[in-house]
Amino acid sequence: MDDLVIAGEKFGSRLIMGTGGAPSLEVLDQALEASGTELTTVAMRRLDPHARGSVLDVLRRRGIKVLPNTAGCFTAGDAVLTARLAREALGTNWVKLEVIADERTLLPDPIETFDAAERLVADGFVVLPYIGDDPALARRLEQAGCAAVMPLGSPIGSGLGIRNPHSIELIVEAAGVPVVLDAGIGTASDAALAMELGCDAVLLATAVTRAQRPGLMASAMRSAVQAGRAARLAGRIPRRRYAEASSPMSP
Amino acid sequence: MNVMINGAAREVAEGMTVAQAVRSLTESATGVAVAVNDEVVTRSAWETTALRDSDRVEVLTAVQGG
Repeated sequence: MDDLVIAGEKFGSRLIMGTGGAPSLEVLDQALEASGTELTTVAMRRLDPHARGSVLDVLRRRGIKVLPNTAGCFTAGDAVLTARLAREALGTNWVKLEVIADERTLLPDPIETFDAAERLVADGFVVLPYIGDDPALARRLEQAGCAAVMPLGSPIGSGLGIRNPHSIELIVEAAGVPVVLDAGIGTASDAALAMELGCDAVLLATAVTRAQRPGLMASAMRSAVQAGRAARLAGRIPRRRYAEASSPMSP
Repeated sequence: MNVMINGAAREVAEGMTVAQAVRSLTESATGVAVAVNDEVVTRSAWETTALRDSDRVEVLTAVQGG
């Protein structure tokens, strides 16, 4: 498959994984391997002296690039500090910018997100903002210097799939940076649809980590992303109101 | 003097450094970052940065998420 390129860096896989929700690091490790991912998110939290093992060790062993997020931040100031701490801790200037509006929906706050994005771009970060399926905001964030935009399909962890495919298509049509469908993927067909709509990549976690068989679902997602990308590149037939015979009609 | 380390009130010796605060939590400091009063303290400054009374120290690392 053709490479995904974000901020000049190439990835052979168009499936970006999150690591939240896995019952153990062993299960996570197997799922990451099955997914074929080359870019995976982690969160930043207070160090727990009693924690055993580290998600960073798992990623390092697999040669997967780490993408720290700012999950749990409600303000631009919190997100900027978290991104700077992640840069210091992990030695990467890449950040998945996530500023949420409230805990019930976990929907992204567009005002705080935009504010943080401007500050982080000015500070030299490669910023990948998580946003609603809003074409206007996506365009503004691209103009502000973000390296990609990551619209949601539906709320985080909901598994409701892509609720507004039309908006995703509008974002894709206008975007000059990669569009990563982030959040809401429930099963393989959702991931395939994201790619068919023209997204450049899919980011998912819960759909795999909380599946009954995470490794098998990771493998399904990998295939779905590849199939969806291939279908997008192949160019689908137009939808028709009535049948068009595929066999000769004359005897 | 009294400081907060990861949200817990601690009575510590005068002049405790950021490096000592980190060591009080973990032996291995790889993948760890520190903020004092919401400002990042870079690793190279840990040994030379002394805490002051009422400082809020946050010691963070990467965990599963996203």
